[in-house]
Amino acid sequence: MIQATAVVVGAGHAGLAMSRRLTERSIDHVVLERGEVANSWRTQRWPTLRLLTPNWQTRLPGYDYAGDGPDGFMPAVGVVATLTDYAGLVGAPVRTGTTVHALRAGPRGFEVQANDDLLHARTVVLATGACTRPAIPAIADAIPPPVTTLTPLAYRDPGQLPAGGVLVVGASATGVQLAAEIHRSGRPVTLAVGEHVRLPRRYRGRDIFWWLEATGLLAERYDQIDDLTRARHLPSPQLTGTSEAVTTDLNSLTALGIRLVGRLGRVVDGVAQFSGGLANMCALADLKMNRFLTRADQWATASGLDDKLPPAQRFAPTRVDPCTPLELDLTSGEITTVVWATGFRPDHSWLDIPVRDRTGRIRHDGGVVTAAPGLYVLGLPVLRTRASTYIHGAAADTAALADHLHSDLSSRRR
Amino acid sequence: MTITDNPVDNGVNVAALLGAREALSATPEAAEFTWRASCTWRTGTHSHSTVHGFTGLGAEQQHRTTYEYDIDHPECFASEDNGATPVEIVLVGLAGCLTAGVAAVAQFRGIQLRSVTATIEGQMNVLGILGADPDIRNGFDAITVRFAIDADASREDLEALIAQSQKRSAVFDVVANPTKILVELA
Repeated sequence: MIQATAVVVGAGHAGLAMSRRLTERSIDHVVLERGEVANSWRTQRWPTLRLLTPNWQTRLPGYDYAGDGPDGFMPAVGVVATLTDYAGLVGAPVRTGTTVHALRAGPRGFEVQANDDLLHARTVVLATGACTRPAIPAIADAIPPPVTTLTPLAYRDPGQLPAGGVLVVGASATGVQLAAEIHRSGRPVTLAVGEHVRLPRRYRGRDIFWWLEATGLLAERYDQIDDLTRARHLPSPQLTGTSEAVTTDLNSLTALGIRLVGRLGRVVDGVAQFSGGLANMCALADLKMNRFLTRADQWATASGLDDKLPPAQRFAPTRVDPCTPLELDLTSGEITTVVWATGFRPDHSWLDIPVRDRTGRIRHDGGVVTAAPGLYVLGLPVLRTRASTYIHGAAADTAALADHLHSDLSSRRR
Repeated sequence: MTITDNPVDNGVNVAALLGAREALSATPEAAEFTWRASCTWRTGTHSHSTVHGFTGLGAEQQHRTTYEYDIDHPECFASEDNGATPVEIVLVGLAGCLTAGVAAVAQFRGIQLRSVTATIEGQMNVLGILGADPDIRNGFDAITVRFAIDADASREDLEALIAQSQKRSAVFDVVANPTKILVELA
């Protein structure tokens, strides 16, 4: 029987940051990792993917980016290298190749079934990631057989896809990036656009993440956000990390020749039907972007930065073709591949503890799983602040949860 | 401007709506509603519809009274014009839904409305329903809604108002998105 005060499941950025926090507090622990450190970045990310956040923002407890490209965007291999170095830097006790199959309540708190071992732990921190499973809509079953379907977790490069047209479903960061890359490969892309978040890559000479941080937006706490459910389910912003820091909004995609259609509603007899509400989806995203840019400008004025920054500007409204088709016959041969860029979900299905809601999502209060004292979750969107969605958010989140965990241990020891 | 300085009243009970959202999230089965109407043929293209009961909040519910609608087609269709056409009823539903949304969102955002008028048009080529041209659909080619709103708010705020109203509108969703429909013999 193996015992540890704390078990951390997952050796990505969140799990490693938590390991550092536990070490700081002299709490003995082990980090269980199904593969290698940064496993999903090694095995489930396409090679041209780069972080949406600039390098200078890649901060973890005890680590600041010190490379020569602070304004660049780290590619997947760079994230793997950074996290591997970080694991060594903080001396994280990672057990690689260790898959956790089940988590149950046990006599000392929790029982963790990992490979063939049973671990006993007083506390458990779930850091298995927010993007573990692709969220594929039920209508996927109705895609006619000759059409190839693919999720972003399996996508590597356009060469994987047959020749012919591609329907990319979803216009978040993943959707716009894959749409552009696939379209440039000579496969004409149709992009189905539902609710989305439009942001320019740079604004007034600074990266948009500089603005999101400087204005205090990323620091907004989960318990002070009006509509937390909505905030936690917002699609990722339409951004790409490229060396040229270009904006990848819908206007830039239509300029490439990509065709926009509305949200994919259903597929009937091989015909895909799209929402007629595309114009409103785009209007909502334009309005939301402009509200943030106004907030940014007001902050700049209040901070006395107007003389130091280029002047305020506004971007062209999203162009929507009034003749946007509402249907696309997937049996005609025009479309040979459908890519589901419809989002991701965490996978907590292996928890044998009743802490999930009816939709399978873990119930937590800022990462504290209140229904199972001693259980914590990390690395989910807007877990404790809006920054929680991004790598650097783990610094504050792990500090807060490690404090909670520490005091919880002390109180239970008494 | 704060709400206490200048109480906004569009006749929408925001507290009740927010309370309902919270309560129904906790008891999801109560959030399952079934809306009903019944329709009786009179003669020709004239029919008579009534709306009275519906299911929701885990129980059978009723309107205060039975609402009645005569539905027919105009004389240029060789009908007797005893009421609005079915497609006009759809426009009525869409305009009513969006307008209710405008009021609710305005209340929530602290915007006092003085007047709201929606003008709604649906363009249709009737060669579709006449079966005269297989390339023309039966339904609307497009629907245009124009809101004239008098309120203490900037144009951008009003644009955001109507955008949010569309986003949360049941009828907008019904019209804009495919819906599974089963029609069977009793």
